[in-house]
Amino acid sequence: MARRSHVQTTINGETVEFLCEPRQSLLEVLRDELHLTGAKEGCNNGNCGACSVILDGRLVNACLVLGVETEGKSVETIEGLAEPDKLHPIQDAFLENAALQCGICTPGFIMSAKALLDENPNPTEHEVRYWLAGNLCRCTGYDKIVRAVLDAASAE
Amino acid sequence: MLENKEYKVIGTRPIRHDGVDKVTGRALYGADFQAAGLLHGRVLRSPHAHARIISIDTSRAEALPGVKGVVTAKDLPDPGDKIADLGEGAVNLKHLCDNILASDKVLYKGHAVAAVAATNPHIAEEACTLIDVEYEVLPPVLEVRQAMEPDAPLLHEHLRTTSLGETADEPSNVASHIQHKLGDPEKGFAEADVIIEREFVTGTVHQGYIEPHNATAHYNQDGQLTIWCSTQGAFTVREQVAEILQYPISKIKVVPMEIGGGFGGKISVYIKPVAALLAKKTGKPVKVLMNRADVFEGTGPTPASFIRVKMGATKEGKITAAEAYLAFEAGAYPGSPVGPGAMCIFAPYSIENVIIDGYDVVVNKPKTAPYRAPGAPNAAFGSETVVDEIAEKLGIDPLEIRLLNGAKEGDRRADGPVHPRIGCIETVEAAKAHPHYTAPNGKKHHGRGVASGYWFNIGLESSVTINVNSDGTINLIEGSTDIGGTRASIAMQAAEVLGISAESVNPSVVDTESVGYTAVTGGSRTTYATGYAAYEAAQDVKRQMIARAAKLWEVEEANVQFADGEFSSINGKEEQISFRDLCARLGETGGPIVGSGTVNPGGAGGAYATHVVDVAVDEETGKVDILRYTAVQDAGKAIHPSYVEGQIQGGAVQGIGWALNEEYIYNAEGEMTNASFLDYRMPTCLDLPMIDAVIVEVPNPGHPYGVRGVGEVPIVPPMAAIANAIYDAIGVRMTELPMSPDRLLKAMGKI
Repeated sequence: MARRSHVQTTINGETVEFLCEPRQSLLEVLRDELHLTGAKEGCNNGNCGACSVILDGRLVNACLVLGVETEGKSVETIEGLAEPDKLHPIQDAFLENAALQCGICTPGFIMSAKALLDENPNPTEHEVRYWLAGNLCRCTGYDKIVRAVLDAASAE
Repeated sequence: MLENKEYKVIGTRPIRHDGVDKVTGRALYGADFQAAGLLHGRVLRSPHAHARIISIDTSRAEALPGVKGVVTAKDLPDPGDKIADLGEGAVNLKHLCDNILASDKVLYKGHAVAAVAATNPHIAEEACTLIDVEYEVLPPVLEVRQAMEPDAPLLHEHLRTTSLGETADEPSNVASHIQHKLGDPEKGFAEADVIIEREFVTGTVHQGYIEPHNATAHYNQDGQLTIWCSTQGAFTVREQVAEILQYPISKIKVVPMEIGGGFGGKISVYIKPVAALLAKKTGKPVKVLMNRADVFEGTGPTPASFIRVKMGATKEGKITAAEAYLAFEAGAYPGSPVGPGAMCIFAPYSIENVIIDGYDVVVNKPKTAPYRAPGAPNAAFGSETVVDEIAEKLGIDPLEIRLLNGAKEGDRRADGPVHPRIGCIETVEAAKAHPHYTAPNGKKHHGRGVASGYWFNIGLESSVTINVNSDGTINLIEGSTDIGGTRASIAMQAAEVLGISAESVNPSVVDTESVGYTAVTGGSRTTYATGYAAYEAAQDVKRQMIARAAKLWEVEEANVQFADGEFSSINGKEEQISFRDLCARLGETGGPIVGSGTVNPGGAGGAYATHVVDVAVDEETGKVDILRYTAVQDAGKAIHPSYVEGQIQGGAVQGIGWALNEEYIYNAEGEMTNASFLDYRMPTCLDLPMIDAVIVEVPNPGHPYGVRGVGEVPIVPPMAAIANAIYDAIGVRMTELPMSPDRLLKAMGKI
């Protein structure tokens, strides 16, 4: 086993330390070392977006980032989105619009939508579709997801 | 009678019960399962499409530090000649076992050969590269017509064609031939003024669920095997694992985790028995995960097919005869969905003279698995394109010809069953009345197409238990894994019976030791059959509650009535108590109430859909854009309309992907060359417009609320609807799927 490196990073506002092998992706670290399993593995090569997280304000696929690269950085995951007593407006909009079926892609879509709305609070339908094109959903046909994101934008 | 019924809960759109867990990342899917001392498994897969296994040497892998166990087919019990019945027809047990771990031959690239358990997944993966397998490579057979040739290389030396009850003497790749005949097709064609006959080819496509297969297994020292996994049916996993491992079902507990999509692809087991073998060998819990390439190459896609359709009609547009030849690729082992394809192909029409021949053919591709209305989309691509061409030849509107010939209650399907009350014509009428159908669409290279589709739906067994809580809520225990909101649609049916809100029901999907037998979430059966069981369980609760009210008021049970959530006394005494208040008094009236319902209903009621699509064809690139899409479907009764719309929209979009982009691309050696989500191109949201889902409600007499299954039929019409729209746009009939840019350019004579 390769020697494990010590990494200190910020996850959802909390300082977190972990040990990981150089070959372990951020997705593996989140899921297997830190038990933050909200980010999902659908393809492990950046095509499906199910592991979308926000790294220093930028939307990334956690499967394409190495755990050791997060040293000194800040990671936002689905687990950090809701307040203790209140969902984030995007989460509410997904529920209200029935924008999920199996739900496996949902955390990725919600993080991706958050990154969009952080940058562009009033997107058009086309802008939503363009931004979310890196997230695959096989259940919904995207109709209700796009509506949910547009609703969340108007609610914020 | 049913359609006039007013409901309080049914037809509303409550927030799904599992919603918060799923938007916060807290819901636990199969791969999220953790256990102390967990080992990680990986499967070694064949690099060849067709080869004999000469030897397997695992010694180098076993010697790698961190490796705790290696298994091959030798670790499986000998399946012998046994035929296993797994509820969906007889299956040759050797075929089932060989698909889990190949014993003598590998029959597709990606076929599992061995598996390793190690202390971490990277070591397991590395160990797989240290397993030495010697192969004798054989020529692959990659296409159904090639496989049917008399001199084609044989996949199974012992496979003989079963044709209409007779078994042939010579071995063949054709596993079976079926035929359905109705009336006198020859006479029917003689009566026709127009006859159209066309050939169609469809590619191999995958369900494309985003969550790869996963399984964690553990053997206790007392022999109790537990499997945590995502599956469409925990009980089906239990049955299959019991057959493959030759182990009693009473010693196997299957715990269904949340499931990240299935569409039919998570019914068959692949790595679950492998995880069990590794767990037995190591004495530790072992988690086996597939990667995306494993999913494409090692799990069931839906078949490629060759189809010939011939239909005849009078000049007035009456279809007088129809004939179909369906040759489906089963993949490595027999069992393609050619049967369902043959059942569905002409079902949107009332045709007196029909003949359908179906062939189930093995080829060197992964064993096919169900995919949303399995077999029907392939078949409908052919028949619905031919119907469009007949309408065009006769100068009749394509929806009008469907109205003229539409299937009705009392008509006989070519394979035998007589239609009960169905909503075929109603979907065509709704499509015709929709503003989309009359909207202007005259731009150059823009076109509009329509197509209809049918899926028969299934019933099968379901069980539900209801525990009544003292605060007027109920806990509903069910065994149907929830892939698209069925906790809500099942809970709502119980709520309706008891006059309580959807939120007053807490539904739980539980393991095989905690609920009665429940068949798979598949066949569009869950809201129908498990919903039916929930209805029955709620009726059981209601009966018991009536008895408690009678006891409380010292009246006869017959003198207690229940309406709008209130029990009241009739005939004399004026007593009233709400469901909620009576729930608080169960202790004093005899103790807790548990209601149960079990069903195996036969009245699933077929589902029809009619889709309208506008496309734009880019003449330079051959790319087809979907401009507008309207999908009309008979839901019988939509319990939760949002999730019915979701099924319609999702099915239509899978069909759009199948129509335009998706296919397994093989090289001459039989290697799939596009086994990733980058190269196997499923639709993204940028490829699509909104999908207008229109629900028609023609109640199903086989369900207390009129429910029909809705999950599968929406994938049936899109391919033909889009082909017909492309014809409208550029005047070229596309007969091969997918209708990708290169095929469009070829069809337009540009390359």
